[in-house]
Amino acid sequence: MDRISESKQDLVRNPSEFAETTVIRFQKRIARKLQLLALISILLLISAVVDISIGPGNFSLATIFEVLLDKAAHGVKLEVIIWDYRMPVAITAVIVGAMLGVAGALMQTLLNNPLAEPFTLGVSSAASFGAALAIVTGIGLVPNVGSFLVTLNAFFFALGTCVLLLGLMRYKHIGTQSIVLFGIAIFFAFNAMLAMMEYSASETQLQRIIFWMMGSLGRASWMQIGWGLALLVVVLPFCMSRTWRLTALRLGEESAMSMGVDISRLRVEILICISLLAATAVAFVGAIGFVGLVGPHIARLLVGEDQRYFIPLSALLGALMLSLTSIVSKTLTPGIIYPIGIITALIGVPVFLTIIIKHSKERGV
Amino acid sequence: MSLSVTNLSVNYGAHNVLEQLQFKSLTAGTVTGLLGPNAAGKSTLFKAIAGLVDSSGEISLNAENIGSYSKKIRAKKIAYLPQSFHSSLALSVFESILLSLKQQSGWRVSSTDLNKVGDILSLLNISSLADKDIFELSGGQKQLVAMARILIVEPQVILLDEPTSALDLHHQLAILSLVKKLTVERNLITVAALHDVNLAAKYCDQLMILNHGTIQAQGKPSEVLSQSLLGETYQVWTNLECTSKGQLYVEAELIEDRLATAG
Repeated sequence: MDRISESKQDLVRNPSEFAETTVIRFQKRIARKLQLLALISILLLISAVVDISIGPGNFSLATIFEVLLDKAAHGVKLEVIIWDYRMPVAITAVIVGAMLGVAGALMQTLLNNPLAEPFTLGVSSAASFGAALAIVTGIGLVPNVGSFLVTLNAFFFALGTCVLLLGLMRYKHIGTQSIVLFGIAIFFAFNAMLAMMEYSASETQLQRIIFWMMGSLGRASWMQIGWGLALLVVVLPFCMSRTWRLTALRLGEESAMSMGVDISRLRVEILICISLLAATAVAFVGAIGFVGLVGPHIARLLVGEDQRYFIPLSALLGALMLSLTSIVSKTLTPGIIYPIGIITALIGVPVFLTIIIKHSKERGV
Repeated sequence: MSLSVTNLSVNYGAHNVLEQLQFKSLTAGTVTGLLGPNAAGKSTLFKAIAGLVDSSGEISLNAENIGSYSKKIRAKKIAYLPQSFHSSLALSVFESILLSLKQQSGWRVSSTDLNKVGDILSLLNISSLADKDIFELSGGQKQLVAMARILIVEPQVILLDEPTSALDLHHQLAILSLVKKLTVERNLITVAALHDVNLAAKYCDQLMILNHGTIQAQGKPSEVLSQSLLGETYQVWTNLECTSKGQLYVEAELIEDRLATAG
């Protein structure tokens, strides 16, 4: 009798216990994701320090740390090298990488397309054209800005392209796939105009354009870092506050709408964020491809589609990727610093292909 | 609790999908089957009620015009399960259900939220799927997860757009049996678009036939299902029989095949 009543009680109790273990398993998965974020953050910190420690001047790691803690520890020369040259480059790599990572992640989510990123959607090409226009003709969208003409032109051309995409998105009958195709058309259109600029440029101007197009951290400055940080501090929390809605969007527009998500508003809000991030990043360092593509792709494989973890991890991986690329660009050939855009493509393509092939095999798609 | 629709019209450009559609009030605790040929406007009717497409006319829940609700409140009261369900997402079953719940509450995930998800998984007997990604699930499992996603927000009305499509016979019966049980237990107003007339007759308390943008008939299956109406709606020859259990059974055949056999 007791045994029978016991087993009946078990049957009654089991569902809630099962629910509890399900919850515990979920919490463990979340803990693992947080550990992963912490691990990538640590790797990023190490990478940034290594980036600062590497350069033509051979200084020991201890010396670098001493100068980092106390500017004047080893005299003015080292202070200038570490604080004015190396640190802006290393920190800009981290900030711009994070910007490109987040911009790519948001674009992929918004357009429901894993190939969407500032580079593939023509934002970088527009910026390159804007820069070339300023270099060759001196024509700028903002007058009387002196040495900032090229950067601001690149920024506003990139921003203009994003606004164009936004306008298209607002137009009801245009689907996300059409917007991706439109982005690709922009990419080719600006590349053609860029080629025209190059054709009519002088030798010096051509050198500047090519250097700009290849992407470089050589123009890094503390002022850029300030602007970039300020932007990230505003944009990241804003996007994070919309992560539940963004994840819902990944289930498809209809599903998201049926959950009560105002997708028109969400699209506008997020595209403004993307515009600011992509335009600023490209204006700072030039056209850098693959970071906005590979960073989010790896993040998705590691933490899935939950945007609460996907967006910050995309930022961290984008930052880590650009920081590591900065190191490689300095160490590949001693004495030569390669443009960072070349290295991101050189490393990015094989890494990206390996991931895709491995992932396709696992999923059987 | 009741849901009613008066003079509902929906246009896609110049094409009128629903024209001055109306139906008698649907009451809580009942399952209504929505029947009609392809492109009759079944999905559009659901989308209009859920607020996913622009419409004119009046949709009332408990005598209150739901046009005044915000998108969020409307989604909380009226849950819509679309036909398509994205299957390639790297999102676990637990996450996808939690996602649905979090559209209605704050950003932070509380232990109450997690327990709610755990409970709904237990209720639908799919706790073992919790850690699996959606793309790993079979069609039947996906439908159960989709049901969990809409039930977790505790809606008053559930609109199921072809919930049994792409399911084998066992899963079709299992899903509809579950829908019927939950409708009664949770006092829901359930409307399900179905293609199988026999399943509709078996599991629905009443049926609505939608064709040419309007409701052609509404009532108990025995009142609605007739040879002439089904023949006109689906352009087929039908024969209706009553089984020993009092269940209506519809046998259908293409008119041209029937004529060829007869001739």
